[in-house]
Amino acid sequence: MTIGGLGPQGGGAASSSAGSPQRHAIVVESDVVRVRQVVRSAAVAARLSLVDQTKMVTAASELARNTLVYGGGGAVTIDIVDNGRRRGVRAVFTDSGPGIADLDLALTDGWTSGSGLGLGLSGSRRLVDEFELESSPETGTTVRVVKWSR
Amino acid sequence: MERIPVLKLGNLLLVSIQVDLEDRLALNLQDDLAERIVATGARGVLIDISALDIVDSFVGRMLSTIAAMSKLLDAETVVVGMRPAVAITLVELGLDMPGVRTALTLEHGLALLGAEVRVRRSDDTDSADRADLPGSIEEPTGPSGTAVAGTVVG
Ligand SMILES: Nc1ncnc2c1ncn2[C@@H]1O[C@H](COP(=O)(O)OP(=O)(O)O)[C@@H](O)[C@H]1O
Ligand SMILES: [Mg+2]
Repeated sequence: MTIGGLGPQGGGAASSSAGSPQRHAIVVESDVVRVRQVVRSAAVAARLSLVDQTKMVTAASELARNTLVYGGGGAVTIDIVDNGRRRGVRAVFTDSGPGIADLDLALTDGWTSGSGLGLGLSGSRRLVDEFELESSPETGTTVRVVKWSR
Repeated sequence: MERIPVLKLGNLLLVSIQVDLEDRLALNLQDDLAERIVATGARGVLIDISALDIVDSFVGRMLSTIAAMSKLLDAETVVVGMRPAVAITLVELGLDMPGVRTALTLEHGLALLGAEVRVRRSDDTDSADRADLPGSIEEPTGPSGTAVAGTVVG
């Protein structure tokens, strides 16, 4: 099941990679901190404003924690993208965990199956410009987000 | 295990978060503060987050939990120094941190806690422990301030 405006092809026109993607494992808590730092560097390099950097790093922190806590660990690939007009930061979080049974429910503000605030998915969707979520019990969960410079 | 230092100042506890917070560290801070409030009888907790370049829902929840918990233990919590970009992001994230009082600067935070404690104390019949108030821990003036200087042997 998929949610998001980009479709399974990843939005084609949206972006070509402008630099080598960096892949980071997310298996322990300190990896979440590391992911925040790497996303911050990429957001600075893509010349996002300070507020947009902060939004993207916050979204990445939420998604990395989900990968760790609910996905049972996984990885993120971070790169700088270019659509011909603007640069942006893309982060793709993947895990091969149990998947999300009901995506609409999971994207509802305040809904959590654990002890969180239930704002990670819904909130990070608001914080980024592109948000795509794919999940199934067979393949696990993939969340792909992009934040563009203005 | 790494921990965030909790400092005691008068009847306040001060915490300045200077590291990129791992989740475990945030949970330890909650526990440490609960213990220290009880052990010291602190009436206020001041948490400086000016070094934090993001606050996500985990740290937001930690701040709410500390505020709620300290209230139960008869202490007020004030969070100071939130960066503008962090505030903007928190609103969009949807986090409203119920019960968390904020102040822009350390000075304002101290004033807020001082005022708070004073109002609560003025309800008490016994005001003998007013010397503990944050408002009265400023400069040691008068004779006691000079008494220390006297005895240098030349
Ligand atoms: N990677 C994932 N794998 C499986 N389930 C997930 C994943 N990410 C999120 N979820 C589910 O979606 C719910 C909502 O996530 P989120 O909005 O981040 O809130 P919280 O983390 O506070 O629970 C989670 O409680 C969990 O059930
Ligand atoms: Mg979450």
